Amino acid sequence: MSAPAMGTTKTAHSDVAPKKKRGPGALATAYLVIYNVVMTAGWLVIAVGLVRAYLARGSYHGLYYTIEKPLKFFQTGALLEVSGIVPSSVVLTGFQVLSRVFLTWAVTHSVREVQNEDSVLLFVSAWTITEIIRYSFYTFSLLNHLPYLIKWARYTFFLVLYPMGVTGELLTVYAALPYVQKTGLYSVTLPNKYNFSFDYHTFLILTMVSYIPLFPQLYFHMMRQRKKVLCHVEEYKTE
Amino acid sequence: MSRTTFFEVEVLDGRTRQQLCFLDKVEPHATIGEIKSLFHKSYQQLYPARQDLKLHPKGKSLRDDDVLQNLPVGTTATLYFRDLGPQVGWTMVFLAEYFGPLFIYLLFYFRAPYIYSHQDAFTSSPHSVVTLACACHTCHYIKRLIETIFVHRFSHGTMPLRTIVRNCVYYWAFSAWLAFYINHPLYTPPSYGDMQVNYALAIFVLCELGNFSIHVALNNLKAEGGPKCRKFPHPTKNPFTWLFFFVSCPNYTYEVGAWASFSVMTQCLPVALFTFLAFIQMTIWAKGKHKTYSREFKDYPHLRMPIIPLLL
Repeated sequence: MSAPAMGTTKTAHSDVAPKKKRGPGALATAYLVIYNVVMTAGWLVIAVGLVRAYLARGSYHGLYYTIEKPLKFFQTGALLEVSGIVPSSVVLTGFQVLSRVFLTWAVTHSVREVQNEDSVLLFVSAWTITEIIRYSFYTFSLLNHLPYLIKWARYTFFLVLYPMGVTGELLTVYAALPYVQKTGLYSVTLPNKYNFSFDYHTFLILTMVSYIPLFPQLYFHMMRQRKKVLCHVEEYKTE
Repeated sequence: MSRTTFFEVEVLDGRTRQQLCFLDKVEPHATIGEIKSLFHKSYQQLYPARQDLKLHPKGKSLRDDDVLQNLPVGTTATLYFRDLGPQVGWTMVFLAEYFGPLFIYLLFYFRAPYIYSHQDAFTSSPHSVVTLACACHTCHYIKRLIETIFVHRFSHGTMPLRTIVRNCVYYWAFSAWLAFYINHPLYTPPSYGDMQVNYALAIFVLCELGNFSIHVALNNLKAEGGPKCRKFPHPTKNPFTWLFFFVSCPNYTYEVGAWASFSVMTQCLPVALFTFLAFIQMTIWAKGKHKTYSREFKDYPHLRMPIIPLLL
């Protein structure tokens, strides 16, 4: 099953430095390829599900419910990436995955009234396209056969998808606020035995505020990566 | 008639490679520290503590006591410079980090206005444990301030300004957070009443005394050997130092113990959370220290663990 893939990897590596320098060994590489293929497939399922449901109903309304389960499954599955095997910054990846999981479970799942909002569709679409490109990028990279189109897409689509996703996320959190305040969701008040309190409503507001310093940092980081990755390729092309 | 070959030193900017300074007639036995002072003469803002000098742009930083002629350079030495940013002396660092929590906690204890509701301003809690907690917290930080001023001898000169700001924000914010709950009008005293409070208090006091004993022992060690002493700490006649039989960094062990007992005494979750985070940080430091000791001394006792006897 994975033998052909490993075969190509080995021949591609035969003229490169010894295995120690190359990073994950053959078994880890196989695991990673399987993981990334599965994730690509999963997000494709979500994408197809969204498109089909839209075509069947003719409106954006209620599309969340058609892909709710695969969304939860595959977005939560991304937690496996935080272990550090995947070749990108653990801090940045970890942060992104945690914020996604937070939005999926602690906001969209927990506050039912928000599930019909268009903003949910906005961020789900942004995530879906981003993840399909990202996981196929990793898959092809691991197999040492990365089409330039995928690399270009990964470092270009974010320019639109990032702001789109962030807008959807912020609007969703904002929409959830009144319901959280009314029901006191996930909140603890004084007095209690452990002298502790937590106001989820305030916490959500602080989360929204945190986007202000954090989002530009991530965005500009990706832009710098884009310059590094895409411009170097062009240098090779002109040589 | 002595023939000393003088050195020439050129200092380049580590990033732009521009020449920043050229020093001629430098004594061969001059130290990097002295070169930094000479560099400072040309650049008023860049006092020696702010200067980072290296032999290679991506290499290791040179120490202030490195001697010029012992370095792998010709008679013309090229050094690469990096600005470390504004620096603050260790004493100032700790004073800032400790005065903050001390003062802030008292603001909450006396229920300064705008913290709690209007009618609660300047009232006091009916629970004796709240006053006790204030006394413990205050004494803890006073002890730390005394140690900073009179006991500790710091090896490195300074710390970057940015780090201090970050550390202060952390300590000050956390002490505000835990003080808020302990001094709150709706505070609930511990479930097991006076027994819980008294036992916790006893352990707290023991841990504070222990921590102080260890700090004194460590500084006596430094005093005996001088800055380049190559000895590791041993248990002394003071029973509190007998923890050295079991751990490399008993000062951290006692510190965790003090905060853990404070958590139990106040039965306050934010305090427990602070204790937990402090434990993680101190364990990282203890493991590093333990590794350093083990590598440096062949006869380092095997029984010793970094921070928790027999366990961690």
